[in-house]
Amino acid sequence: MTAFTPPALPSEDKRWKIVNGTMRKNGFARRALIETLHTVQSSFGYLDDDSIRFVAMSLRVPLSQAYGVATFYHYFTMKPPGKHTVTVCAGTACYIKGADKLIAAAEKRLGIAQGQTTADGQISLMTARCVGACSRAPVALCDGEVVGEMTRDQVLEQLERWIVE
Amino acid sequence: MTIEELELIAKNVKQENDKYDYEVNVCMDLACASQGAGALKDALVKAAETSEKKVLVRRTGCMGPCSHGPLVRLDPDETLYHHVHAESAEAIVKNLGEAPVPELQCDLNEHFDKQVRVVLENAGYIDPEKIDDYIARDGYKALLTMLVEMTPNGVVHRITESGLRGRGGGGYPTGLKWSTVAKANGDVKYVVCNGDEGDPGAFMDRSVMEGDPHRVIEGMAIAGYAVGASKGFIYVRAEYPVAVSRLTTALREARRHGLLGNNIANTPFNFDVEIRLGAGAFVCGEETALIASIEGRRGTPKPRPPYPAASGLWGKPTLINNVETFANIAPIMRNGGKWFFNMGSERSKGTKVFALTGKIANTGLVEVPMGIKLREIIEEIGGGVPGGHKFKAVQTGGPSGGCIPEEMLDVGVSYDALLKMGSIMGSGGMIVMDDTSCMVNVARYFIEFCMTESCGKCIPCRAGTAQMFTLLTRICNGTGTLDDLALLEDLCSTVKETSLCGLGQTAPNPVLSTLKYFRDEYMEHILHKRCPAGVCQMEAVNSATSIEVMA
Repeated sequence: MTAFTPPALPSEDKRWKIVNGTMRKNGFARRALIETLHTVQSSFGYLDDDSIRFVAMSLRVPLSQAYGVATFYHYFTMKPPGKHTVTVCAGTACYIKGADKLIAAAEKRLGIAQGQTTADGQISLMTARCVGACSRAPVALCDGEVVGEMTRDQVLEQLERWIVE
Repeated sequence: MTIEELELIAKNVKQENDKYDYEVNVCMDLACASQGAGALKDALVKAAETSEKKVLVRRTGCMGPCSHGPLVRLDPDETLYHHVHAESAEAIVKNLGEAPVPELQCDLNEHFDKQVRVVLENAGYIDPEKIDDYIARDGYKALLTMLVEMTPNGVVHRITESGLRGRGGGGYPTGLKWSTVAKANGDVKYVVCNGDEGDPGAFMDRSVMEGDPHRVIEGMAIAGYAVGASKGFIYVRAEYPVAVSRLTTALREARRHGLLGNNIANTPFNFDVEIRLGAGAFVCGEETALIASIEGRRGTPKPRPPYPAASGLWGKPTLINNVETFANIAPIMRNGGKWFFNMGSERSKGTKVFALTGKIANTGLVEVPMGIKLREIIEEIGGGVPGGHKFKAVQTGGPSGGCIPEEMLDVGVSYDALLKMGSIMGSGGMIVMDDTSCMVNVARYFIEFCMTESCGKCIPCRAGTAQMFTLLTRICNGTGTLDDLALLEDLCSTVKETSLCGLGQTAPNPVLSTLKYFRDEYMEHILHKRCPAGVCQMEAVNSATSIEVMA
């Protein structure tokens, strides 16, 4: 049996080196699949066919398994995120305190459904299962920053600021 | 690291702290941080530097009553300040040693008096990124003492004696689980900490991992010694980046101090821990699905037996406990099994941490002895329902739990009592609902959650939750019939009895419990096309267009 040679990096992009670093740290073990996909997503913002193919070949995981994992877990996204992202928490405490109304207001203002990005690539509207800030429900993450006791007006104000940018 | 060296560190920390006359502890957990605790801490540090007083400003984990945040506690006199902002920093430092700043003072005696802190004993007292702070509060003492003085069997015996039951929700006796793994054949065994707190509305595991990470690591190391494992994994949700970073720091510090690694305390015991990231799948809280996920696969469960205790991670005997379970281990080892056994109710020992949220005045984390009445938690500790609204139900156990009505509030909290009421203990989410919540809508919310989170491996859960969702949607929008209700009840029992794993088996609980206690609300929707809470939007009724549920 010949020694395994991992495939060449897909491009000159330095971010591939970070991805490769995660795999090397784990000895290119198959179990590092999820860790590596996390690194791809944190480096590139999302997963695409090329990156999944590269990771699968590097870790000697069947493409079907890599694609299965990438699509099974909600945290992974196959769509590039917008420049800004508002993530409304849809956990129970937030729901009881009216998170659905925040989502509806944002959907109406942006003209997109949750999980989508505006056509100009400016804003993504996402929902989360629970961000663990339940005591300050309803909660939204505005570009990753937790905002508690969010009101409909606050959501709309935030969106306006991003829209005019 | 030996026990003497550990004591030396503790002594040095105490000496260092004694140089200060006052300690100002700032809660920097997620809830307080989102209200400006970061800027507040910076302002306090600055005010302390320019003051003539000797003041130590410390960042800490969650102090509990998040709705009062940002919180600051002054030591040694234990004054608690609430809603503190950066502008107040100078006044706080100026008033140290004098009368407290009146407008910041917070009277939460009733909130704290009924609590007993075991898991959260360090919350609000240590800097989570400083291992020395943990050591100064008896951290790692249990591990090192036990390694030298006890046999693995002795450790298992003490945990069994304590009566501790799994805090992840199921309530399986921890001692029994440990002894099964300890007895399992195999040179290689694993210890896994389940930090995949997927239950929406629960955040105590996040708070423990972020606020007191070493406590979890110490518990895992003790477990490793007891069952004969030298490798552990902490599986943490990717949605908790702070927890991941705190645990990473804690592991590095523990290794540096020789509290993880080879020959811990100069004994033959080796143990180390790796972090594994979840990727957003509720089903991964189920132990066999969690194992699949650690192995880098889709998180789908497997039929049990074989249980992970016999064949788990990579086919090896594996001990899986939840974060809070591991957090209870060190205090039990320090204080003895009997000490723990004497707390709580007849068959549920010790304390339980609950994340109190929803329509309640004091939202946040509380730790109470088992057996305490729900009413005490909600009315006294939680401060009741605000805004002149009327209490309707408290939801425990998340999507696997149920809704408990007013008339059951005098029941003491225990695994068995909650099960009897049609709910479960779960991981500890406690969401209070008032008269503005529609219970049919709430049931629909949970079924939608389970439908989305169903991994799809077994049909009852995959198809059953989808059909239940359709039926509940029809009842909510006023197009449901009594036949739909009968079908819904029928489906509940099918899904409950025939699903492969806990997700499906418990998914009907929110429906069953609301049907049991709030059936009148379902009937209002069906018979009078009216939502009593005014939540559901009713469609114009046209019986001719009612759709048959797909088979």
